[in-house]
Amino acid sequence: MAEPLLRVEKLVRRFGGIVATDHVSLDVAAGELHAIIGPNGAGKTTLISQLTGHLDPHSGSVTLAGRDITYLPAYRRCALGLARSFQITSLLLDFTAADNVALAAQAHAGTSFRFFANARKEKGLRDAAHAALDRVGLAHRADVVASKLSHGERRELELAVALASKPKLLLLDEPMAGLGVTESQRMVKLLQELRKEVSIVLVEHDMPAVFALADRISVLVYGRLIASGDPASIRANEDVKRAYLGDQHVVTHHG
Amino acid sequence: MKGLSVSKAVTALMLAGLVLLPLYSYLSGNIFILTLFTRIVILALAAASLNLIMGFGGMMSFGHAAYLGIGGYSVGMLAQEGVGSGFIQFPVALAASAVYALVIGALSLRTRGVYFIMITLAFAQMAYYVASGLARYGGDDGLTVYNRSDFSGLVNLSNRTQFYYLCLACLFGVIFLVWRIVNSRFGLVVQGLRSNEQRMQAIGFPAKRYQLACFVISGTMCGLAGALLANNTDFVSPAVMYWTRSGDLMVMVILGGMGTLFGPVMGAVVYLLLEEFLSQITEYWALIMGPLLLLIVLFGRGGIMGLLGRVGRG
Repeated sequence: MAEPLLRVEKLVRRFGGIVATDHVSLDVAAGELHAIIGPNGAGKTTLISQLTGHLDPHSGSVTLAGRDITYLPAYRRCALGLARSFQITSLLLDFTAADNVALAAQAHAGTSFRFFANARKEKGLRDAAHAALDRVGLAHRADVVASKLSHGERRELELAVALASKPKLLLLDEPMAGLGVTESQRMVKLLQELRKEVSIVLVEHDMPAVFALADRISVLVYGRLIASGDPASIRANEDVKRAYLGDQHVVTHHG
Repeated sequence: MKGLSVSKAVTALMLAGLVLLPLYSYLSGNIFILTLFTRIVILALAAASLNLIMGFGGMMSFGHAAYLGIGGYSVGMLAQEGVGSGFIQFPVALAASAVYALVIGALSLRTRGVYFIMITLAFAQMAYYVASGLARYGGDDGLTVYNRSDFSGLVNLSNRTQFYYLCLACLFGVIFLVWRIVNSRFGLVVQGLRSNEQRMQAIGFPAKRYQLACFVISGTMCGLAGALLANNTDFVSPAVMYWTRSGDLMVMVILGGMGTLFGPVMGAVVYLLLEEFLSQITEYWALIMGPLLLLIVLFGRGGIMGLLGRVGRG
């Protein structure tokens, strides 16, 4: 097998006496949609934060396309092709949707130490922004200030922002959080489209969505990876059932 | 859109007033008003520079008056040492301010929020005490500038009208620069950082270097105001750096409207005219000024510019 796009090896992160990430190792192949699931407090967000560079691990390593990025700051990882969305929507709320996305494009299109020319008139950036907005179905809301968008639209805008940086790998931290049924369905559809273009690590609570989307699923419990495999084998895994799916059985059935 | 036009109309009126002021002063023979407005224009320039980091960049610097002192002392000290040429004094004033801003900014930008306010204040107070200790240059008593900066006949700073127009040109120049900067790539990044630093880091912008560059630009602009101020008063003393002066500048920006192009000018004009007018009526003018500012800050979100915008919208 070719070298994985993302390789995590024996990652450890402690908070006081609690081991939030306990020797986690996992590979994400190029083109794969890899879901990470686990009950509340399993350490999913802690793990994601170490992948994005918002938190330093105590030991272990993270490798992106063969390059060690374990201790690179967040903005450098982004330049290497790692983009993320936040569990709690994080946008420039006083900027328009188009400006939000154009800034992401700008970060990857030459220096931003340009003081004189009007950046909103740079055709390349505007086009990139509109392409990304179009991709997530928000083109008609381009000139709306982000704070005026609905919650669902903001989640889509987050995706557009991540896409505008032309990432190799997209880290999505609960993109479905707080969405209604129809909005969730739209998001699943959108992700199904996006996965054709970009590798995705998806952290999500919405089990039907995870099983519908994922190529592979890793299960995190108390900071430890207890299983990793395709959806069918995860569904059949006894450890997983006991630790996690047990109390959510109803949900999987509905899916 | 009508709201926009009301604030635009008032702004245009104010700018026209500033341009025509020397004419009025000449016709009415009121020289005092020209002197007063020269001071207003210079402090408006300082407020406009503060607005760049405070209003657009979200960096609450409580030590901006330090640059007034650095710019002023550059002119005063060089004049004292026999270097009277403005072509040397002004570049030195700008460069000294830029270097100070670079050092102070690099240290202060490690902190955020209240700590940033306190550390910029602390540095400005240090500058104040350093100036007080300059025995050769008057120490506490300050330094008289006997000859205004000499621009070899290009402009005569001792001519009231010429000096006024020089200050006004500098003010317009700085506002033009701020306008270009806030709409540029750089300006969008700085405003994005004000809005959501975490998000900006995540899309690939290292926050600190952009904020530091902005801090230096702002400080340099304010150094220009300092150099002009020393020429205006023919005098520079540690008092121009005192923290209350930094507070005045902040009040002007907030009063006029943070993050608007002409807000700081509006703020400076209103604040200084009120101060002048009220202090003629009563010695306790601050008792009236205080509540007045409180009302504007409480009920006029966005300062005078914000208020005008809402008046227009009805």
